[in-house]
Amino acid sequence: MSDSLYLAWRYIAFNKKKTAILIVCISLIAFLPFALKALLNESEHQLMSRATTTPLLIGAKGNSLDLVMNSLYYSKEKPDFIQMKSVTSIVDSGLALPIPLYTRFQARENPIVGTSVDYFEFRQSKIADGRFFAMLGECMIGADVASRLQLKSGDTILSSPENVFDLAGVYPLKMTITGVLEKNNSADDKAIFVDLKTAWVIQGLGHGHQDVKKITDSSLVLNQSDGIITASSKIKQYTEINVDNLASFHFHGDTSMYPLTAVIAVPNDNKSATILVGRYLSDQQNQQIVRPKKVIEDLLENIFQIKDFIDAVVLIVAVVMSLAVLLIFSLSLRLRQKEINTIFHLGCSRATVVQLIAAEILIITLVSALICAVSLWLLSYYQSYIVHALFIS
Amino acid sequence: MTSSLRTFFFASGLLVSSGFSHADESVLDVVSVNYPLKYFAESIAGKHVKVALPMPADIDPAFWEPKADDINALQQADLILLNGAEYAKWLPKVSLSLFKQVNTSSLLRDQYLPVKEELVHNHGSGGKHSHKGTAFTTWLDFSFAEQQAHAMYQAFVKKMPVQKPMLEENFKGLQTSLKTLDGDLLKIGKSLEGVALLGSHPVYQYLKNRYQLNLQSVHWEPEDAPSEQQWETLKQIVKTHPAKWMLWEGKPAEETVKKLAALGIKSVLFTPCANTPEKGDFLSIMQDNVARLKTVTPQ
Repeated sequence: MSDSLYLAWRYIAFNKKKTAILIVCISLIAFLPFALKALLNESEHQLMSRATTTPLLIGAKGNSLDLVMNSLYYSKEKPDFIQMKSVTSIVDSGLALPIPLYTRFQARENPIVGTSVDYFEFRQSKIADGRFFAMLGECMIGADVASRLQLKSGDTILSSPENVFDLAGVYPLKMTITGVLEKNNSADDKAIFVDLKTAWVIQGLGHGHQDVKKITDSSLVLNQSDGIITASSKIKQYTEINVDNLASFHFHGDTSMYPLTAVIAVPNDNKSATILVGRYLSDQQNQQIVRPKKVIEDLLENIFQIKDFIDAVVLIVAVVMSLAVLLIFSLSLRLRQKEINTIFHLGCSRATVVQLIAAEILIITLVSALICAVSLWLLSYYQSYIVHALFIS
Repeated sequence: MTSSLRTFFFASGLLVSSGFSHADESVLDVVSVNYPLKYFAESIAGKHVKVALPMPADIDPAFWEPKADDINALQQADLILLNGAEYAKWLPKVSLSLFKQVNTSSLLRDQYLPVKEELVHNHGSGGKHSHKGTAFTTWLDFSFAEQQAHAMYQAFVKKMPVQKPMLEENFKGLQTSLKTLDGDLLKIGKSLEGVALLGSHPVYQYLKNRYQLNLQSVHWEPEDAPSEQQWETLKQIVKTHPAKWMLWEGKPAEETVKKLAALGIKSVLFTPCANTPEKGDFLSIMQDNVARLKTVTPQ
């Protein structure tokens, strides 16, 4: 047998191109269905794990999938905004505990999630290094952000402008990192967390600037009469919040009207959840309440319908490719007729010829299986990133 | 209700328990933003709460400037008692749990009184805006104080449902005391009808509003001698508002008292008691305030 394997190996080594094509075809036939299954399982796991632990989500009326994907996985598709008073109304109802979310901004391509410190207790997130944010202008980063950008507590990160061409827009805010979260294999690993009020400062709804009463440069004051000081846009606004200028930061207007992208509602019990859901059913409501698990189940149902279709296509392709491989082998046998005759003339039996061809098939199959296994192992290592990039982001 | 939601309630038991109920045998760690709320909390929940007033005793709690370490400590509390009405000017600049905050005056939102602020400014594209705010010494209207205490009582009942009878009894005791103060001040307000009064500091808005006092405030600090401009402003006010008494939030400097007396204005202490008093407690301080104000009434 070892002689047959040696001869088969030499033949394969001589016909490199043909062998390579065969190996690629067989590897793909084996890899595709397993890979598809693994990716779908991972996407189901990733999507469902957060959806099942998020009981209710309140957001602007519109696409419920966008709302869930943005609130749970920080996808780039932004739902319409709701107002902070939604949080107050949930508190006043006494039916649930609200966790506000504002996921509009980014820093170095990572989503900035404006929320309250309750979010971390809710998600059972733990600090790997540092402490929770406490003051305006502080932030915490996910484990992947820390490792990818080589950041740690005490470092700073700058928020990215929403539009690089908006020269008159809001200044980026330099945020101090107070802590790095432990890795929990979720969207939180790739996020930067700030207090909701810090997110509003990034937007420009709150700001700090020179004390207008103490301005000595007359060019900074446009008008001063009846106790009204009109300062020019040259007035120095702070782009970093620190102990020296914290007191100067303030918000304008009614903060209950400030924007949010969603509110996670944690109901007291089943009855409270049902009552709360009922309150958002009216057509006059400009907000919707969704159960993320239901929304994701509907999404997965669609994905699995697509998967059935893809499975059928893969099956057809596999059959066609198998036939093609058989054809290649049979054509190869015809082309090698002279070689086989020589083997007979040398005194070998028909069984030896069969043994030689079987050895070739065995080697090609084993190499293909090995490539398939390595590919699947690599896929399992990166599947969480692939799923996040393909299905979630 | 789906099974997943039931699973969620189970899985998030820790969170729900921290938000809504608490082991009744243990002592709640409570943080208060001012002394009146601390007094109410201790009066209602007694030994079942450990109430901290995190700011130094010699500052106005509304204008405390906490550090990150202070806030990290506050984040560990079971309950954070807020006064509402934009009290605690530091609150918008820090990160605290929404679950743990109890805004004791949230139901009084519509009755908050505005504060006139002289300074309005604008810059850039943000348009004209002012830093005017809301009067925050809500507890000087004792009917408000009673409602704030009631909000606190409800929060404690949620946290310690087993202790409800004790909490209710204590709350009723406090309620009676506050009602008595309210009744006394209503009588004083009636007898002071039309009598012009001055306030040394703009902290008496709710007192003025509830008890119908004819009071106008200046912006003086008890320990600082008023500037010439401040005296001039006072003289202008007195021309149209012939007050014979000025209410002080703290003991005024002797020199100021003498100069006021020379203008025919007597000084009377009516302290809001926002921070821990050196002697007595909230109730005794307020009773003293009321007794002193009674001396102002025409005989």
